[in-house]
Amino acid sequence: STTNNIAQARKLVEQLRIEAGIERIKVSKASSELMNYCEQHARNDPLLVGVPASENPFKDKKPCTIL
Amino acid sequence: MCDQTFLAIVFGPCDKCSKEKPLRPVYIKSEQLSYCSLCVEMTSTLPSHYHPPSKFKKNKLTLLYGAPQVGLSNHQLFAVHQVAERVEALGQFVMKTRRTLKGHGNKVLCMDWCKDKRRIVSSSQDGKVIVWDSFTTNKEHAVTMPCTWVMACAYAPSGCAIACGGLDNKCSVYPLTFEKNENMAAKKKSVAMHTNYLSACSFTNSDMQILTASGDGTCALWDVESGQLLQSFHGHGADVLCLDLAPSETGNTFVSGGCDKKAMVWDMRSGQCIQSFETHDSDINSVRYYPSGDAFASGSDDATCRLYDLRADREVAIYSKESIIFGASSVDFSLSGRLLFAGYNDYTINVWDVLKGSRVSILFGHENRVSTLRVSPDGTAFCSGSWDHTLRVSA
Repeated sequence: STTNNIAQARKLVEQLRIEAGIERIKVSKASSELMNYCEQHARNDPLLVGVPASENPFKDKKPCTIL
Repeated sequence: MCDQTFLAIVFGPCDKCSKEKPLRPVYIKSEQLSYCSLCVEMTSTLPSHYHPPSKFKKNKLTLLYGAPQVGLSNHQLFAVHQVAERVEALGQFVMKTRRTLKGHGNKVLCMDWCKDKRRIVSSSQDGKVIVWDSFTTNKEHAVTMPCTWVMACAYAPSGCAIACGGLDNKCSVYPLTFEKNENMAAKKKSVAMHTNYLSACSFTNSDMQILTASGDGTCALWDVESGQLLQSFHGHGADVLCLDLAPSETGNTFVSGGCDKKAMVWDMRSGQCIQSFETHDSDINSVRYYPSGDAFASGSDDATCRLYDLRADREVAIYSKESIIFGASSVDFSLSGRLLFAGYNDYTINVWDVLKGSRVSILFGHENRVSTLRVSPDGTAFCSGSWDHTLRVSA
């Protein structure tokens, strides 16, 4: 029905206006912040830097020899 | 999901080079043309300092102001990769399967880690939900759901309960105990009720609230104790397939992705959609927040993964390759956000460098589609579940 469609279209336009009106920052700024986050946390990332087998519960430990 | 869906591709003479090739729609000066993928690439050379006007949003403005003047349907104009040029490239990665969890009788559909970084809950098509100890590969708990296709499962933050659901249209919570003759099914608590299948569920910061996504096109927030609906989220035009909660403790937003190709960010308290993103060409199977909470990644049936920045309010990176033609079913970030792990329907797991946009590693091992993938809470390993009935923990 047309009244239904008009009401739906109105709601859609309203939602789009809300979304179009939000504050945005430039992609270059957003990207550099993502980069900074990566760099700051890189050394604590086990999958990135790798942890020695002794500290990673999933990696097989080398057999120990008893002298 | 159960059936394979294929994207219909139009074949014909390209409007630019006249060769018979698969065509893509392109908008030039408000006119729709059909170009082959080569001509699409060639017309996309824009100056690198080009910033679209701040209110330009491809699909939104098409509705409000008419078709965009210049530009292509899905081409990236400005990306993280350009800003990250000075960042060191990553070295070679050697990741191997360290544990294989066998025991499911049919396709593994979903899994989640416990906060203790050790236990895993997984659910499968045969209706079984199993809790594993990933260090020893022992099964600690198992329950059979009254329905098949248990598409969603989640571990409670306390580690004392799990939630799961699927074709029964419900999300049920099972407390975990260590009694000798444990009867998990008896303690079951039905929390969520949808009018179509449950595709995803997640506890919020506590055991008290659960967020669900459903094939009925809505997401909902429920109180576990009373089963009451606290908030519902309407806006998706089709099945919602995935959701992820924002990482911060005080965070009250979440992102959802659906078959309408949209990813939507919601305010949990008001039920309002704050932002939406529609750049994928097909269903979005998985969404995951970047560790800082300022961005999220999505994996889709269009064989690409994309990164969306919430403060720039747009897509900022695409992770794709000509050779990857199968959909990405599941994505997750490593702890620092530098690596993006994505499981695909071609049985592989691709590891992407988030900043540079390149693939750093490809993992083989599964003998069927990878359906679910999560990095462990402390980032030491990741677990992937597959239609080959197994889960693999790799590090």
